[in-house]
Amino acid sequence: MSDKNILAVAALQNGTVIDHIPTELVFDVVRLLGIEDLDSSVTIGFNLDSKKLGKKGILKVADVFFPDETLNRLAIVAPNVNVNIINDYKVVKKFKVTLPDEIKGIVRCNNVKCITNNEPMTTHFHVVDKDKVIIRCHYCERSIEKNEIELQ
Amino acid sequence: MQNNSLVSISDFTKDEMLELLEDMKYFEANPNRRLLEGKVVATLFFEPSTRTRLSFETAVNRLGGRIIGFSDASTTSSSKGETLKDTIMMVNNYVDLIIMRHYLEGAARYASEVSRVPIINAGDGANQHPSQTMLDLYSIYKTQGTLRDLTITMVGDLKYGRTVHSLLMAMSYFNPKFNFVACDELKMPQEYKDFCDEHGIAYTETRDFSPEVINSSDIIYMTRVQRERFTDLMEYERVKNIYNLHNSMLDNSKDNVRILHPLPRVGEISQDVDSNPKAYYFQQAQNGLYARQAIICKVLGIDVKSLRENER
Ligand SMILES: [Zn+2]
Repeated sequence: MSDKNILAVAALQNGTVIDHIPTELVFDVVRLLGIEDLDSSVTIGFNLDSKKLGKKGILKVADVFFPDETLNRLAIVAPNVNVNIINDYKVVKKFKVTLPDEIKGIVRCNNVKCITNNEPMTTHFHVVDKDKVIIRCHYCERSIEKNEIELQ
Repeated sequence: MQNNSLVSISDFTKDEMLELLEDMKYFEANPNRRLLEGKVVATLFFEPSTRTRLSFETAVNRLGGRIIGFSDASTTSSSKGETLKDTIMMVNNYVDLIIMRHYLEGAARYASEVSRVPIINAGDGANQHPSQTMLDLYSIYKTQGTLRDLTITMVGDLKYGRTVHSLLMAMSYFNPKFNFVACDELKMPQEYKDFCDEHGIAYTETRDFSPEVINSSDIIYMTRVQRERFTDLMEYERVKNIYNLHNSMLDNSKDNVRILHPLPRVGEISQDVDSNPKAYYFQQAQNGLYARQAIICKVLGIDVKSLRENER
């Protein structure tokens, strides 16, 4: 983390910082967390220099503490993002998101002949490989690999 | 299993499959048992399949049940845009069991989640068709006297053929050896070969439908090679006749080998095989009746086991 970023993180009094987002996925992360619907102030960093990723994104959400379940959705698109929980300018908790065993909603099945694409209903996937990020549709049973995953 | 539905062959444990095989044997000896007296069964065929529907409806009739339903979705409310859920919610007020076939994959799983009565999946697109798998297992069991340690050769369309995929999974409990015979475009998908590796199941993979493969087989499971599966029609023209079985090819085959095919066939098995006692595909289709009788009783919680033990 560069000094500038530490300063930026520290500038948040209370809230959540999502760091190490591959820069092209920043807007997916925004969507997965439902940031559009929040009233609190949100800072979105884009194309920041990163030693590990080359370019990275960062997201700072003031006064919001997301449920773990919501944060873990991020692992679907970006399995290595860091979450920092800030309380009174200090990082009180820091963790990597982990893929849940089941994903309901959020992801679209990429099989056009799947019932979920033809009926008003919630999609449902089983995570079959957490490391490689392979999910299987609960309904049509098709396996979907990481690079084929489409958000709804 | 939600409300006892049967959507996929993997909804059954090995023991449940073995019990079902015994139930099928019972129904083969006693096809007319009025176990569904007073029950009404719906056959909802959103996609037409005369062969499967007749088999299920015969099963219900021989068990003494009554049938409502439709055989073509173009005549029903779903063609007017009604959701599958609404159709199921309506029909499940009237019947004790729904047997459905649908052109969309996952339709039966979804129906089983919204329905109050059990659902039997009679095929959902390219996905599952568990009663076909049960009749295949029974055909193997009956002709070989066991399911264990058999060499099973699968020929033709191993990529899209759901029957071979389900059969492979179901046979995995019984230490099989597989020969996969297909052209490159239609070869067995990697995930099923991975499945074999993970379960310590031996297999060979060849393009040639060779005498070595044929003569080592206990079961030869033929499938249809369909023109519309090919992106390269030249390839289709090249391979379409390679995976055809002629009677002379069975000259040095094992005595116990049996030829299976889910039917309908086109040219994969020539007519001269029909009179060979090793041909089993017509009896195989007949076994579908017993499979469906056994499955219907199982999902309705009808205890066929004590029936067959009492009558022994
Ligand atoms: Zn699906």
